[in-house]
Amino acid sequence: MSSINFLKPDRTNLNTFLYLGSFLFFISILDVFLNSFFRLNLTDFLPNFLSFLLPLILGFVGLYFIRIEYSGIKNLDLLNKHINTNNFNAVLSLLIIFIIIKSLPPILSWFVIDASFAGDTKDVCTGSGACWTYIKVWMRRFMYGMYPNAEQWRINLSFVALVLLGSVGYFATDKFKKYLTLYYVVIYPLIAFLFIFFFISGGPVFFDFSYGIIAAILSIIIGFFIPSKFKFYYFLIVPLALYVILKYFLFFEEYIELGKLDGLNWVETGAWGGLSLTFIISFFCLIFCFPIGMAFALGRRSEFPLIRYISVGFIEFWRGVPLITVLFMSAVMFPMFLPEDFFIDKLVRAIIAISLFEAAYVAEVIRGGLQALPRGQYEAAKSLGMGYWKMHIFVILPQALKLVIPGIANTFLALVKDTPLIFVVGLLEIVGMLNLAKTNPKWLGFAMEGYVFAAIIFWIICYAMSKYSYNLEQKYKTDR
Amino acid sequence: MNFKLKDIVPQLITVLAVVLVFGFFTYNAQINMENRGIDFGYGFLSQESSFDVQFSLIEYDGSHSYFRAYLVGLLNTILVSVIGIIIATILGVIVGIARLSPNYLINKFAAFYVEFFRNIPLLLQIFFWYFAALRALPLPQDAEAMFGVFFLTIKGLYVPAFIWQNFNIFFYSIIAAIIAIIVIRAHAKKVQENQGKQIPVFLISIGLIFILPLLSFLIGGVRLSFEVPVLKQLATTSFIYEGGVSLPPELIALTLSLSLYTATFIAECVRAGIQGVGKGQKEAAASIGLTPNQVLKLVIMPQALRIIIPPTTNQYLNLTKNSSLAAAIAYPDLVLVFAGTALMQTGKAIEIVSITMFTYLTLSISISILMNWYNKKIAIQEK
Repeated sequence: MSSINFLKPDRTNLNTFLYLGSFLFFISILDVFLNSFFRLNLTDFLPNFLSFLLPLILGFVGLYFIRIEYSGIKNLDLLNKHINTNNFNAVLSLLIIFIIIKSLPPILSWFVIDASFAGDTKDVCTGSGACWTYIKVWMRRFMYGMYPNAEQWRINLSFVALVLLGSVGYFATDKFKKYLTLYYVVIYPLIAFLFIFFFISGGPVFFDFSYGIIAAILSIIIGFFIPSKFKFYYFLIVPLALYVILKYFLFFEEYIELGKLDGLNWVETGAWGGLSLTFIISFFCLIFCFPIGMAFALGRRSEFPLIRYISVGFIEFWRGVPLITVLFMSAVMFPMFLPEDFFIDKLVRAIIAISLFEAAYVAEVIRGGLQALPRGQYEAAKSLGMGYWKMHIFVILPQALKLVIPGIANTFLALVKDTPLIFVVGLLEIVGMLNLAKTNPKWLGFAMEGYVFAAIIFWIICYAMSKYSYNLEQKYKTDR
Repeated sequence: MNFKLKDIVPQLITVLAVVLVFGFFTYNAQINMENRGIDFGYGFLSQESSFDVQFSLIEYDGSHSYFRAYLVGLLNTILVSVIGIIIATILGVIVGIARLSPNYLINKFAAFYVEFFRNIPLLLQIFFWYFAALRALPLPQDAEAMFGVFFLTIKGLYVPAFIWQNFNIFFYSIIAAIIAIIVIRAHAKKVQENQGKQIPVFLISIGLIFILPLLSFLIGGVRLSFEVPVLKQLATTSFIYEGGVSLPPELIALTLSLSLYTATFIAECVRAGIQGVGKGQKEAAASIGLTPNQVLKLVIMPQALRIIIPPTTNQYLNLTKNSSLAAAIAYPDLVLVFAGTALMQTGKAIEIVSITMFTYLTLSISISILMNWYNKKIAIQEK
């Protein structure tokens, strides 16, 4: 082999370039690695500026040397194809490798090596790393807010029960599969309401609200057995009538002493908080915003102009304003619109506000799905003699909803990420609790740990949701 | 006769329900306001506000009216939104293109960035930057200068101020340069279509945009000097910088988190847009001898933009609306100044919340009109 030629390396002088290039590349990585992990500077003798840039230059030359097309060596070809296609890419790859090597030691030492885990006072946190003791001590507050320690088993029990009941779908045999939709749409939410409004709250606050929910759900169940001819008038009258009967004729409240429900202490919603509140709010808003959004999506495509205008107005209004002003409205303006003796709990107000807000987004997403369906589907359904509701429930919506799974999932993700905003109405979920904890005089100066902790939790929740929606999308994908 | 009861009844009932609900609300509002002795009206806007705002683009103090306070808040909101939109767009486009890079490391790095930042609530990110990251910055007296003139301290970023003489001449020279460039481009297009000759528009444009302002310096009497911030001791332990422009930490934290968060969504829009252009387009363009840069500029981008713009508009709207989270870290935006302080002082809940909402509605609608116009302009002109 003749002298090294600085033209493009090729197969004839492959080995020389390969060894030289790999060596230079290795040296450059080693230099950064030693510098970052052991604080050694191999190139101390060089001027400052050159010493700083040397790894980049060496690595660049090295990568240039090993950029041999069709070398026949499998790994080298892979490397060249993926990180070393041209000079520009080589520099970027090197920079990214250096950034990763450089940032690992400080991150590791902050998270693990210098961090303190033991103890339960601030005094143990003397190192330069994170103070996870702070998180440990405040864990209950971050999870349950101001909910009394002795009563927290109620939240745990409710959540475990709801998760178990929610997983029924996985274990249902084929015989029961057809009832699953009914179960998830009607029965499961009802159980969840009962759990949260009576068991976690244990007080009289939500009676009014839950009467409405129970009336609505009962009337839907009965509605299945009403002949379709009368359905319209049925839904006009019965839910309201049921509500009135529940509220004014059954006298539930008289059986229950004020503030006590079967021996459970009443925990008012102001004391709820932490991650459990995030879950509760997300759960309810998710359940509410979906049917409301669906109704307005159908309304926007209705053939009746008045209904269409009202739907458009509703959707565009909520989409045009920020959530924080909506919550402001529910906090300061909404009480003015109600009769003076009529009291709605602030958690319920927040849930209503967020649900209406997200419903507008859900409506737009579902409208997209409805528009994407070919006309033939509508015409086919009509030609079979289906009415408006039958056509939508059995033909249009199942297909449209399948199409918009990613959009719906994004809206729900946005909903979960919007829950911290309820600090506006004075409720403190996990981010709010963090802000409260960081101003505690005994635990000043641990803002970073708190936010990192919450960020990890939210990240896991949101990432899991997005992956789950992706799976759903794949599962229900039908080739058209 | 196609008048049908079945067509009318649902509409009537819906309208009746809406009217009833609104009537119920207004009726209650009237009674409540009477009971509390509040009168409805927008007259308070001209009253003296008597509160201060720590950061405002226009001259403002307690002696100005509530309307002026409203303007201060609105301008601050617009400032954050505009800066955020610009940074988020640049970052988003870069990351979106990086997501499609054949380079494995760049690709994964961009993917990591997107997955990381978009799955964490924006409010948490704002808190993180404001309460945790920016609080770790040095005190004014310990701050080291960046490039000798920028000072990043716990009290904000201090940058040199420009001090102009005869600024309007400079301004006119830039406008003249832009007009000249537009004329030349139109002319060049005509020449190319008629005669097939190419005029080096790009070089001429660059020349114009430099030479005309330079001329204004040389013969127009425009002078520019910098006012570099200088450290000043107020008391033994209290230092501030004087002179220059100071950007409060709230503004920095807010723009940083807004643009980092929104850029992830814009990146996904850009990626989807570029992927949405058929592979055949790229191959066809390459096969007629265009360079990779030309392929991107002349073939891919014009088509991708049509897919990218509608969802990106939504992201711009979201950013503008999300800027209202400023209230959480006391950046004096519309929500904090007007729906916060002014509402506390006047107690005019209905008026103030309605004005605030109406303002955001107007902002949203104007952005979407603007982007719809642009979208229409670049849409395919079908015959």
